[in-house]
Amino acid sequence: MTEFLPLSEAIAKHVPDGASVALEGFTHLIPFAAGHELIRQRRQRLHLIRMTPDLIYDQLIGMGAARRLTFSWGGNPGVGSLHRLRDAVERNWPRPLELGEHSHAGMAAAYRAGAARLPFGVLRGYIGTDLPAHNPDIRSIRCPYTGEELATVPALNPDVTILHAQRADRHGNVAIEGIIGAQREAGLAAKLLMVTVEEIVDELPPAMNSVLLPHFVVGVVSHCPGGAWPSYAQGRYGRDNDFYLRWDEISRDRARFSAWMERHVLGTADHRAFLESLRQAAA
Amino acid sequence: MNDYSRDEMMTVAAARMLWDGCVCFVGIGLPSAACNLARLTHAPDLVLIYESGTIGTRPTVLPLSIGDGELAETAACVVPLPDIFSDYLQAGRVDVGFLGAAQIDPLGNLNSTVIGSYEKPKTRLPGAGGATEIAAHAKRVFIVMKASSRSFVAELDFQTSGGHFGGRGLSGARGGGPAAVVTDVGILKPQPDGELALVAGYPGVPADEARAAIGWPLAVAPELEMVAAPTMNELAALRALQARTAAAHREPVRLPI
Repeated sequence: MTEFLPLSEAIAKHVPDGASVALEGFTHLIPFAAGHELIRQRRQRLHLIRMTPDLIYDQLIGMGAARRLTFSWGGNPGVGSLHRLRDAVERNWPRPLELGEHSHAGMAAAYRAGAARLPFGVLRGYIGTDLPAHNPDIRSIRCPYTGEELATVPALNPDVTILHAQRADRHGNVAIEGIIGAQREAGLAAKLLMVTVEEIVDELPPAMNSVLLPHFVVGVVSHCPGGAWPSYAQGRYGRDNDFYLRWDEISRDRARFSAWMERHVLGTADHRAFLESLRQAAA
Repeated sequence: MNDYSRDEMMTVAAARMLWDGCVCFVGIGLPSAACNLARLTHAPDLVLIYESGTIGTRPTVLPLSIGDGELAETAACVVPLPDIFSDYLQAGRVDVGFLGAAQIDPLGNLNSTVIGSYEKPKTRLPGAGGATEIAAHAKRVFIVMKASSRSFVAELDFQTSGGHFGGRGLSGARGGGPAAVVTDVGILKPQPDGELALVAGYPGVPADEARAAIGWPLAVAPELEMVAAPTMNELAALRALQARTAAAHREPVRLPI
């Protein structure tokens, strides 16, 4: 049975310190509200997993919530660096961060394997790159049919995957529209799948080929309108590109970053209050 | 004669390399501008694939990120990202991959991972993303980078993506590797031994300037071609695209409350 919980209770109940957590969403539907709740509840020593860490992992890393990061591209899309990620890697601030670094193709294969409950993913990949020399998880196997040497990556099976979606119904079925990245695979790979949604409806209409995570793979649903901001929810609100540009300034400086997090995330009770505090700051 | 910037020359030169109907794996920034310029001028049936999963997208403005809603709304189809890498790129269905990087070496190998050592980097860069497998499997790779001795180096700090490295033929890479490097001082192409040489210059940019901007002794083809200056039509299309983009990105987004 899918549980329906307020986001704060869902995080308190299901994401302990030290957990491996994947907050997926490729530019679209990034579960910011859930990430902020991890910060409010002062989670520590998390193993963060995400193809593109984006601003939400920059914030978690800068707040010292992570011990390890598994990823494949760590920048501010279209803008430049993730300054908090860089500070952690280059200067161990606020604490050292272990990296498990992949390419997108490798990480996608690892999620696919995890979703299928296979031990590893296989790809014709990691060719002509130094990555395997720095990530012992990237290995190879000889194809038993052709003899070809192929790259392997261990399956990713996060303790918890958290996604954001447009809609869930009262049974716990989840519908996603628009760019879906590796959300489906990351969701199916998890030991527990949590989904924050813009809206809970009585019944989802039958929708052929739309992405639907059926209720029996969805552990928890939390109603959280606006939960993907400053990323976006197709059909609901647009990506706040201006905020991504502003983050470059906010995050460049440790003190300015900490003050912003203190005021808008730690100083607010929930996502609604977070958005309200930003509206007031902009007024 | 029209005034144009070096950036515009680069973008137009890259756009002209694309042909109508070609399937093109696009990155953000100058490659995205070049591909959409080609689509709006000589190659209306260019198929643009962005790694976020959008295939056959026809954006009216350039996206800021690789996954802007504009790309999905104007796409022929939107597929899961693992399909893009496994069933399209790895399967050999991509004609052209566009790449940039922080560093390139004479064989067209690229670094987008770290400056300094991996364990103790001076500068941590974003990393591989899609680049490693694009470099391996796109039928040909076009690289777009501004020339400087800091970025065109004899030796990379880290090899993120393979160019014409030794043993490429036996490596499992199915694609042809770098076919051209479009810079702001001219176009480089690999010679039979894999090493990049200057093969084409731009109007008003002497080969000596290109030599000075590259951090290794750059070979220059005996008969240097000259790329034609951007036409009025190309410049008008590119500037209109950039103006539409700037206007769209200025529109305020309301907080979702």
